[in-house]
Amino acid sequence: MIEDNAADDETTEFNLRLYVAGQTPKSLAAIANLKKICEENLAGRYKIEVIDLVVTPQLAAGDQIVAIPTLVRRLPPPLKRMIGDLSDSEKVIVGLDLRPVGKSML
Amino acid sequence: MPNHKAPAVTSGASVHLPKTPTGIGGLDDLTLGGLPTGRPTLLCGAAGCGKTLFGMTFLVNGCDRFDEPGVFMSFEEREQDLAANVQSLGFNIEELVAKKRLAIDYVRIERAEIEESGEYDLEGLFVRLGHAIDSVGAKRVVLDTIEALFSGLADSTILRAELRRLFSWLKDKGVTAIITAERGSGQLTRFGIEEYVSDCVILLDNRVQDQVVTRRLRVIKYRGSAHGTNEYPFLIDDEGITVLPVTSAGLGHRVSDEAVPTGVADLDAMLGKGGYFKDSSILISGLAGTGKSTFAAAFVDAACSRGERSLFFAFEESPDQVVRNMRSVGINLARHLKSGLLRFEAARPSLFGFEMHLARMNRDIEQFKPASIVVDPISAFRGPSSEIHATLIRLADVCKTKGITAVFTALSAVAEQMNESERSVSSLMDTWIALQDIDADGERNRILYLLKSRGMSHSKQIREYELSDDGIHLTAPYLGPEGVLTGAARMAQEAREREAERERMELTERRKREMARKRDALERQIAEMRAALDAEKDEVTELVEYQSLRSASATSDRAAMAKKRGGSR
Repeated sequence: MIEDNAADDETTEFNLRLYVAGQTPKSLAAIANLKKICEENLAGRYKIEVIDLVVTPQLAAGDQIVAIPTLVRRLPPPLKRMIGDLSDSEKVIVGLDLRPVGKSML
Repeated sequence: MPNHKAPAVTSGASVHLPKTPTGIGGLDDLTLGGLPTGRPTLLCGAAGCGKTLFGMTFLVNGCDRFDEPGVFMSFEEREQDLAANVQSLGFNIEELVAKKRLAIDYVRIERAEIEESGEYDLEGLFVRLGHAIDSVGAKRVVLDTIEALFSGLADSTILRAELRRLFSWLKDKGVTAIITAERGSGQLTRFGIEEYVSDCVILLDNRVQDQVVTRRLRVIKYRGSAHGTNEYPFLIDDEGITVLPVTSAGLGHRVSDEAVPTGVADLDAMLGKGGYFKDSSILISGLAGTGKSTFAAAFVDAACSRGERSLFFAFEESPDQVVRNMRSVGINLARHLKSGLLRFEAARPSLFGFEMHLARMNRDIEQFKPASIVVDPISAFRGPSSEIHATLIRLADVCKTKGITAVFTALSAVAEQMNESERSVSSLMDTWIALQDIDADGERNRILYLLKSRGMSHSKQIREYELSDDGIHLTAPYLGPEGVLTGAARMAQEAREREAERERMELTERRKREMARKRDALERQIAEMRAALDAEKDEVTELVEYQSLRSASATSDRAAMAKKRGGSR
């Protein structure tokens, strides 16, 4: 599955959506962690959309959000979800296939 | 002087706790009003118990009957599946959703699709639920089955903390919630949710006994309110969910002095009051082919002809069969079916357990509101007598409290006075008509007698009856020195008696004629003697006259003689 996954292609655009609910410490931590991980691994080819469900609760059902924060990898397919404040960056990288090109060759 | 300040009678402590009616027949009775308003209720049971249907019924009734919109949060079934599943109960969920009376949110959690990294909470669920509640202004919420979260999320510590928060959040929201959960082994729910939902816990059960399934419901706890504590049978069918509260075993029902005709004129005469008592229970027992159903049908026919509703529970024959068979004895039930006064409810006794049958009958009675019912026959129920007894007690009670005249038929076993079902119910019955077959002189004849009839001075006679083209007729009884004679023997005996009677009559006539003759003779004699007496009287009169004449002339002679002698100076 990982072999034919296009995610580790250098040119792949990442479209990520992070669902949070208000400015809670967990939410803020998740936003900060995600930005950091993306900068380190996907510099220049990622897009992050932060959705605050306190403001737009109607969006929660569409992406089947239960836990907060939830990170959804909309692109590239397949759709992947990750819940938590993303403090464990290793897990995020593996779970969302964010491996930098150089590392994946080792 | 009466005390005007006397407080109104309250129906117990439960009045203080506001309750939300579920609209489920029976459940609101046994919880004395419904589920606790603004609090979560835990509904637990094994798979296939009807938890989802229960929850959906709660919501749909809320929308339709109590003007309380609802939210259904499903963790197991998609909206479309839910709508299709409850369509069979006559619920049109899509319409309610379109009218913004009901919101359905399907929460799908697939562990394989979710990775976890760091801390999280279930605020997303809260947001969704809050949004759904606000979008329809919901007063009722169903979470079905929230335990799915446990299989979807790895961290059960977080989950438990969040569930606790969710339930108190629901309370703050003021919604009446039902939380369903799978039955676990050794505890009420698989994941111990009962720890968090403690206001009201209802257990659904689906038990198989003798290959027959009975659904049962029990209110395990209801904080702050009295409630029925027993297990109550409930049923799910095309009419929805019905719970049968069966505790009304008090003997406080009002009674009627009114009698309702039996449909057999001769039988009315045998019962001192001209029929069965209204709201009494009548048992008609007899062997196969003695016409138990016919008696029951005659009663139903009479009731419907008076314009009363009747409900016929047939457990051995299909409605068409009953109608056809009764036509042969001149009882036309088809016209009552057409006019809607008569309704048949036919089911195989083995279809469900006693309690389910009872629940179904109770439901039908509630809906149709008949003045009389027939259960034909109760002997079709097989099982331990204690259960039959309990079932029939409840049915008889239901009928009595509702003022319904109930006719039960029971098939007796050959050469046995009472079978199990009869023995178990005999004390319940107010009137018991026994039908029998008498086998003598190469023919079988039918007789009946009233084994008992409470509260009326009834005939103690054994009567022969015939099922003829125009109904049931009782013939005059023959009770002679040789016992009860029926059929041809009775006719022969009657002929013999007519002959003897004729002879007796002739003898009397003869004696009468003799007597007349004697009297004539005597009278003639008297006349003769009177004539003789008259003759003698005439003679005597004549003699007296002659004598007086003689004495008068003698006096004058003496005077003339004295004159001649010159003696007169």
